[in-house]
Amino acid sequence: MRVPAAAPQPAPERPPAVAVAVAARPPAVAAGRWAAVTAGRWLLALLLLAAAVLAGVCIGETAIPVGTVLAALGNELFGAGWPLDRIDQGIVWNYRLTRALVAACCGAGLAVSGLILQSLLRNALADPYLLGISAGASTGAVMVTVAGVGAGAVSLSLGAFAGALAAFALVAMLARAAGAGAARHATAPIVLAGIAGSQLFNAVTSFVITRSASAEQARGIMFWLLGNLSGARWRDVALAVPVALLAVLVCRGHARALDAFTFGADSAASLGVPVRRVRAVLILCAALATAVMVSIVGSIGFVGLVIPHAARLLVGTRHARLVPASALIGALFLVAADVLSRTLLRGQVLPIGVVTALVGAPLFAVILVRARPAR
Amino acid sequence: MSEPRGDPAAEVVLRAEGLGWSARGVAIVEGVGFALRAGETLGLVGPNGSGKSTLLRLLSGLLRPRAGAVRLLGAPLASMRRREVARALALVEQQAETAERVSLRDAVSLGRTPWLSALRPWCDDDDDAVESAMAAVSVAHLAGRDWATLSGGERQRAHIARALAQRPRVLLLDEPTNHLDPGQQAAVLRLVAGLPLAAVVALHDLNHALRCDRVGVMRGGRLVALGPPEQVLLPPLLRDVFGVRASILRDPDDGGRVIRFHDP
Repeated sequence: MRVPAAAPQPAPERPPAVAVAVAARPPAVAAGRWAAVTAGRWLLALLLLAAAVLAGVCIGETAIPVGTVLAALGNELFGAGWPLDRIDQGIVWNYRLTRALVAACCGAGLAVSGLILQSLLRNALADPYLLGISAGASTGAVMVTVAGVGAGAVSLSLGAFAGALAAFALVAMLARAAGAGAARHATAPIVLAGIAGSQLFNAVTSFVITRSASAEQARGIMFWLLGNLSGARWRDVALAVPVALLAVLVCRGHARALDAFTFGADSAASLGVPVRRVRAVLILCAALATAVMVSIVGSIGFVGLVIPHAARLLVGTRHARLVPASALIGALFLVAADVLSRTLLRGQVLPIGVVTALVGAPLFAVILVRARPAR
Repeated sequence: MSEPRGDPAAEVVLRAEGLGWSARGVAIVEGVGFALRAGETLGLVGPNGSGKSTLLRLLSGLLRPRAGAVRLLGAPLASMRRREVARALALVEQQAETAERVSLRDAVSLGRTPWLSALRPWCDDDDDAVESAMAAVSVAHLAGRDWATLSGGERQRAHIARALAQRPRVLLLDEPTNHLDPGQQAAVLRLVAGLPLAAVVALHDLNHALRCDRVGVMRGGRLVALGPPEQVLLPPLLRDVFGVRASILRDPDDGGRVIRFHDP
């Protein structure tokens, strides 16, 4: 007996290679499920971040129990009225929480800024301080604290921020003048101009310190330069949170454009990316975020350079995942580094930049060696 | 590869009008004009420094001409947005490399960039475009491979697949056979000539140029000859432009033309 013509035919088999390739990507039929998975990932990231900040608040020279911390947060946020020691309440709310939040924002902001520069300049060694920002910030800071610019009316942070912006403006102008008309090789002038600018501003800083600083001032400046979160208060949180969020969102919004830079700026342009505009927006975004973070906490090294590499090893090279992953890892890393900086030496706080390098560099070496591409 | 043969009725997809470009006062490209019709493959030959690459960059909009204009599908290129250009025209550069650990599929997927936006996320259509582009250049079996592990020929084919994933009307290729072994060269050329697209291909090997529908010859930034290869690539012109003594031979097996170069 013949099979009726209307009988459902078995679907033609795909060639095996294509089947394997397709399996790597979820079929678009399950788009809803995919959206749910993405939402789940974001939720998980936020939970991780919240847990890290909570741990950062609990751990310190005197450990505060989680219950006390949660009660203090409940009192402040919802007026829960739990009976608490006012000193504990104050430490949790005004010192440790602000500190952990600023650390998280700084980590996220610096990591994303580093990622932007590495992707745009296609240079694995690019970091946020490449644009002369850290050098400019230190010059601004010594101008205010040592040379007395602003006659006490200007805070160290404001001076650092102004210095950072001035240095970046100089570097950007120099890069523009050096690379005029050559959009094709526009990355080399930026790197070189950044090096020149950094050297210049570092020299100015040294000059001012040598000429007029006391030993104590010089030591203070050095500590600030290596990163110091102890001054973080709510007004710093109010500045750091929006800036970090803005940097992450702007960068995430340009994820496809950043992907298109994989094979260079010309390739990006021929893929329909308005290269000049994207480059200007993203570099400005990285510069502003870095300048704000540096002016709040000093120049914490290592984060902007290494976190994007670590994130790449974990989630791959696509910026849609790389941007949030870098931000999250940067935030977690800096919160953890801050905890270490407060607990490693009894009765003393290490500059956080020392911790990020001491812990991060060997950790990164291990990741690098273990993730060697299998050829 | 010779079916369309410059069908004079076919639509003009790309037109150059008096194109000129100069750097530091030296003319690199001067007064170049031609029309590329749908489906034809135009070979571009000329000595080193004759302006082939610059002309391709002008045609792709990466450089803005100092004189003249490019019209893509009838519209002036200068007034089009980069995204619109990229939907109609794709460029395969000479050396586009990356140190990132991208897979071949990732690289080909980049070709969908001009079609995607916040309001138009990745969908089945894009998967189809990527799959068929990889199939067209026979790299589908390499989809999951790391870029660093691909050979030169595989990378070149991946770049062409990336360009095809853009679903363009016009394809520009800058010396796509460079650094490839003879087998790969032939495969890439056969592939390009067989595509149902209008293509401009800069070439160094004149025997490769013989297989194009039309050939343009550049010298000192000018287009000095343009036409079917058997009418253009003749010994006097080769002597003038390239300074070589050449003779045209016939392959006794199939009658195909071969250019042979002699010592001066």
